[in-house]
Amino acid sequence: MEFLRPQTWAEALAAKAELPGAVPIQGGTDVMVEINFDVRRPPALLDLTRVAELARWSAEPDGRLRVGAGVPYARVISELADRLPGLAQAARTVGSPQIRNRGTVGGNLGAASPAGDSHPPLLACGAVIEVESAARGVRAVPAEEFYLGVKRNALEPDELIKAFVTPVAGGPQYFSKVGTRNAMVIAVCSFCVALHPAERRAGTGIGSAAPVPLRALAAEEFLAAELDWAGTAPLAPALLTRFGELVGAAAAPIDDVRGTAAYRRHALSVLARRTLTWAWNDHRKAAERCA
Amino acid sequence: MEEDAKGRFSRRQVLAASTALAAATTVAPGGARPAAAGAAPEIVGPGEVRVALRVNGQVRETLVEPRVTLLDALREKLDLTGTKKGCDHGECGACTVLVDGVRVKSCLTLAIMREGAEITTIEGLADGSRLHPMQVAFLERDAFQCGFCTPGQILSAVGLLKEGRPRSRDEIREGMSGNLCRCSAYPNIVDAVADVAEVPR
Ligand SMILES: Cc1cc2nc3c(=O)[nH]c(=O)nc-3n(C[C@H](O)[C@H](O)[C@H](O)COP(=O)(O)OP(=O)(O)OC[C@H]3O[C@@H](n4cnc5c(N)ncnc54)[C@H](O)[C@@H]3O)c2cc1C
Ligand code: FES
Ligand code: FES
Repeated sequence: MEFLRPQTWAEALAAKAELPGAVPIQGGTDVMVEINFDVRRPPALLDLTRVAELARWSAEPDGRLRVGAGVPYARVISELADRLPGLAQAARTVGSPQIRNRGTVGGNLGAASPAGDSHPPLLACGAVIEVESAARGVRAVPAEEFYLGVKRNALEPDELIKAFVTPVAGGPQYFSKVGTRNAMVIAVCSFCVALHPAERRAGTGIGSAAPVPLRALAAEEFLAAELDWAGTAPLAPALLTRFGELVGAAAAPIDDVRGTAAYRRHALSVLARRTLTWAWNDHRKAAERCA
Repeated sequence: MEEDAKGRFSRRQVLAASTALAAATTVAPGGARPAAAGAAPEIVGPGEVRVALRVNGQVRETLVEPRVTLLDALREKLDLTGTKKGCDHGECGACTVLVDGVRVKSCLTLAIMREGAEITTIEGLADGSRLHPMQVAFLERDAFQCGFCTPGQILSAVGLLKEGRPRSRDEIREGMSGNLCRCSAYPNIVDAVADVAEVPR
């Protein structure tokens, strides 16, 4: 196995173009498991940890945030929790503190596991994944078009993930995950809801309950039609129930060692109702303060 | 392979186009050829590569293949066997060390990627014959039975305190959740960390 050590993004792209079989390594928390267990014997590893710009985040002129693929979860939590609360909540549930010190959102996107915890918040927030190749330059892929199948994403062989770009939270966001214990668990299923009061709609993201992470589109349309954004009343139980049903129906879960399909659908409905309740209560409090 | 000025068996090369394993052209010093896209990264391996690791304040050189983890390099090349291998895939925390003061699992990082970093293992925690306060606390609280997880627990606890002082036993439990103990010495481990973090009982 060769080891490629680019110092710059241009070098990294050149290397990926010349050696499409080279496996990028960022935090290594997915790649190293495969290497140690000989699941994978790549001809070469492409070490992205020296490319300084991948580890930065900044505000775009339009107010959105651009977060480099190499920003670890620990920094998402400590530096971005106010602006990306849904993603920060998800990041707090990833692995253990040691995993969060090294693991990155870019690596989560590269691995494209349906259970990856970054995906539901990225979907709910309307994030765009920026990928780049030496030959064709930058491509902006909306999160919902990025996930193609179990552990398959929209990257071409010569492309690398550069960053994700996402609006700063304009309202409450909540992520919730079902697992067997509080730490070190792969999600049985997970859900994120993000309220976008300025647009009078809500975004959703479902994890670990279909071959790909996905939005619950019918549930989003239902909320856009039914939520009374000007009002400060609690949500009607019937609305919550229907929302939960629509989220459960959007999933396409399987039976596996972590749970049955029926359990996942049920659990998703519960997560959907709970997270929407938390988010709406925060929204009401904020509305009351303004009134 | 050519040895460069630093004595490392690394080379700047132009990447060979078609096959991944084809030997790439080695660039002779002074005779660099521009790569297709104008930028070629440094390539090392696939054979053994000389790496200089800064462990416990000492620079130690060794030869490792690129695929060798920091954990294996420490244990098998540098004879620092205090760092333990429990699972080799990031689950147990026995291999926890500090890299530039940050706790990481040494089974999930390559030795070659940690060149230039300051690595602290259990062997380097004491100040001469004076034990680190966390080591003292583990002894006083009897925070182990077989001791296999202990080096990782101690390094993780030291890393935890560097990240911010836990304010409660629950926060200690949460902060130590990446370190498993098969003997289940957890209550005493939490006691030991609480002593050093000055968390009231
Ligand atoms: C003990 C343990 C617990 C875990 N728990 C969780 C969990 O709770 N939730 C969760 O979601 N994940 C979990 N994971 C998986 C892993 O930590 C995450 O997927 C993490 O986000 C991977 O990031 P990384 O930087 O370490 O990726 P790496 O291992 O470096 O890379 C992952 C993949 O992405 C590719 N890649 C990396 N960077 C790029 C790039 N810039 N461009 C293109 N491709 C790229 C790599 O080639 C590889 O295929 C866990 C892993 C371990 C070992
Ligand atoms: S040996 Fe590294 S975490 Fe278990
Ligand atoms: S003391 Fe035996 S594993 Fe922790």
